[in-house]
Amino acid sequence: MDISMATEPLINVAAAAREQTGAEALNDALALCLQHDPTTLLIGEGVPDPKGIFGTTSGLRQRFGAQRVLDMPLAENALTGICIGAAISGLRPIMVHQRIDFALLAMDQLINNAAKWRYMFGGQARVPLVVRCIVGRGWGQGPQHAQSLQSLFAHIPGLKVVMPVFPDDAKGLLCAAVADDDPVIFIEHRWLHTLRGDVPSGYFETPLGKARRRREGRDITLAAFSYMTLEALGAARALARLGIEAEVIDMRSVSPLDVPAVLRSVARTGRLLVADTGHQSFGVAAELIARVTRQGFDQLCAAPASVALPDLPCPTAHAWAGHYYPTAAHIAEQALRVCGVHIGEAQRHELDKLRPDTPADIPNPDYRGPF
Amino acid sequence: MESDALKKMLRDILLARAFEERAAQEYAQGNIAGFLHLYPGEEAVGVGVLHAAEPADYVVSTYREHVHALVRGVPARVVMAELFGRKTGCSGGMGGSMHLFDRERRFMGGYAIVGETFPVATGIGYAIAMRELPEAVICFFGDGAVNQGTFHESLNMAALWKLPVLFVCENNHYQIGTEIHRHSAVAEVYKRACGYRIPARRVNGMDVLAVHRATAEALRQVRAGNGPQFLECETYRFRGHSMADPGSYRPKVELQAFEKGEDPVKIAIAETVATYPSAEQIAAVGSDNIDNLMGSLHSGGHFPPEHLDAMQAAIAAEVEEAVRFASDSPEPTLADAEAALDCNRHGEVLI
Ligand SMILES: Cc1ncc(C[n+]2csc(CCOP(=O)(O)OP(=O)(O)O)c2C)c(N)n1
Ligand SMILES: [Mg+2]
Repeated sequence: MDISMATEPLINVAAAAREQTGAEALNDALALCLQHDPTTLLIGEGVPDPKGIFGTTSGLRQRFGAQRVLDMPLAENALTGICIGAAISGLRPIMVHQRIDFALLAMDQLINNAAKWRYMFGGQARVPLVVRCIVGRGWGQGPQHAQSLQSLFAHIPGLKVVMPVFPDDAKGLLCAAVADDDPVIFIEHRWLHTLRGDVPSGYFETPLGKARRRREGRDITLAAFSYMTLEALGAARALARLGIEAEVIDMRSVSPLDVPAVLRSVARTGRLLVADTGHQSFGVAAELIARVTRQGFDQLCAAPASVALPDLPCPTAHAWAGHYYPTAAHIAEQALRVCGVHIGEAQRHELDKLRPDTPADIPNPDYRGPF
Repeated sequence: MESDALKKMLRDILLARAFEERAAQEYAQGNIAGFLHLYPGEEAVGVGVLHAAEPADYVVSTYREHVHALVRGVPARVVMAELFGRKTGCSGGMGGSMHLFDRERRFMGGYAIVGETFPVATGIGYAIAMRELPEAVICFFGDGAVNQGTFHESLNMAALWKLPVLFVCENNHYQIGTEIHRHSAVAEVYKRACGYRIPARRVNGMDVLAVHRATAEALRQVRAGNGPQFLECETYRFRGHSMADPGSYRPKVELQAFEKGEDPVKIAIAETVATYPSAEQIAAVGSDNIDNLMGSLHSGGHFPPEHLDAMQAAIAAEVEEAVRFASDSPEPTLADAEAALDCNRHGEVLI
């Protein structure tokens, strides 16, 4: 492999769109990155396995060979360091963790090394590393396999943290993350791998750190991270039936955090609710609310609210999962509160319709995995 | 070996198989959610090792730990209830299949992050050593786990400080879909321990008696204050890595060869039943084990086939009762969860 070969600058050459799942879009993104840049590597436990990390890595080994698409021994900490070493010597490694919880073994390498070197070595050593981390949810995965750790990573200067929702963003953001010269923690919510949406074909990059408005509204801003964007859109539809027009913003990235986009929206709506997949305390929602409150205090006509996980480890039992994960109903109820709407008969009726009658544990009643 | 001890071992190996196969059925019906890593094929390891241990010994295990808990005496009903995520489960329904725990029986947990167990077991060993007790800690792990840094760091400290730890590798040759030669530069796992001067042996993990003998010897050394010991038990899992894994990466012939020739349950039955085996029976349990088998049969207890049927029936009833108990048990509530972690956010309003 000639790694001195120049990278083809292939930015934004996307052609026609077609419908894909999130997993298919990620698979395409990986294939395009591997194809366009011979320095790109893809490595992780199960990458060449027939199941191909929920389908996201399927077929890549066959196309790009065992030297560039490879499995790993269970050694997350050392492997992260190895990827960092490779990254400062001209390669672009993409690591994959089937659960974000496994990345915790590599915190030293990520925080003490990858995040620091650009700064610590006076700009001489940049670390173009992407760490794909998949977040499990429900299905009894329990305390050690379903955590949402974005705020942990986002706390560290030097780490970018991205959380795509829709398949087109999954693809564009992954391409951008691989092209980025700094370490990017790329957090994929397991339930979004099956989400369908139109995705432009061909290589394109979606800039990191830019939020995207998914619904317009004048009464309240619902800023959401990761999977909670879908719940926020569900809440917005119910709120519309109650005469409240909610604006929904898919934040797409945690660090950098697109506070200006939220401030612009709040300037119109005067109200803010933030929905996150992580825990309440010291979390991403708290950070966004703090910044909007500091920078846009005059625009706010009500105290902001947040919807996030309770401060308890992830559940195993089905029933307890039902209490644990907030849904569109929680978002809508909090939004009504922020808007100062009394919850009467009509409101209760709409909220009840939002409560899933399927277990809170699976993305939809027909879903049979993989998880 | 005494015929009573042999019968108890047979009972546990049959219970292990019956419990796990039933768990698979309950999973298929949606009564168990999430990860479910089953043990069929590997029973001789857990049963052989733990029958050689004392009740005062500690056990640390992985996510594939149901059988270890059962053999330690955790009742099948509370293990099944934990798999169902019910309040009556041995971890109160908060852990599930991968996180069984029973302090009273010194079953110190199932852990789902590979490599977590080595330091935990070593720490328990330290506590035992400090109290100068004749106890030991048994640390179970897979072949994939030995590449984690914690393995090497812990083995070094256990050896350096002569701690009473028995490391037991359940080498089923796969780390999910990754065959051992694709994850380890040295596929003879026991050789890794030699780097830390820990006495290590490889045993046939399909033969419960061989595992039992090797464990008894290793634990004698541990209790004599000679520091840690290491056993590599070569085994094979008959199912996928978990219920979510079809296991399609393994050659069919490989699986069939093991199921036909080296099923530890068949071997254990043959080793216990008193009648001399027919040529077909010997062929059915695999040639590797014939010597062991013949030896134990000649010197062994008397266990007519009708006793085996009665034992099977009692086990089937026990498993049936476990499932009934689990499905009738209540699920944990939010209040239970809050009570379970009432430490650092007490009384704070979070919204
Ligand atoms: C740190 C970490 N990385 C990855 C995983 C995912 N994982 C769960 S079990 C497993 C394979 C472990 O293989 P082995 O140690 O041989 O045990 P076996 O399942 O074969 O008993 C993997 C990779 C994990 N749980 N923890
Ligand atoms: Mg294994």
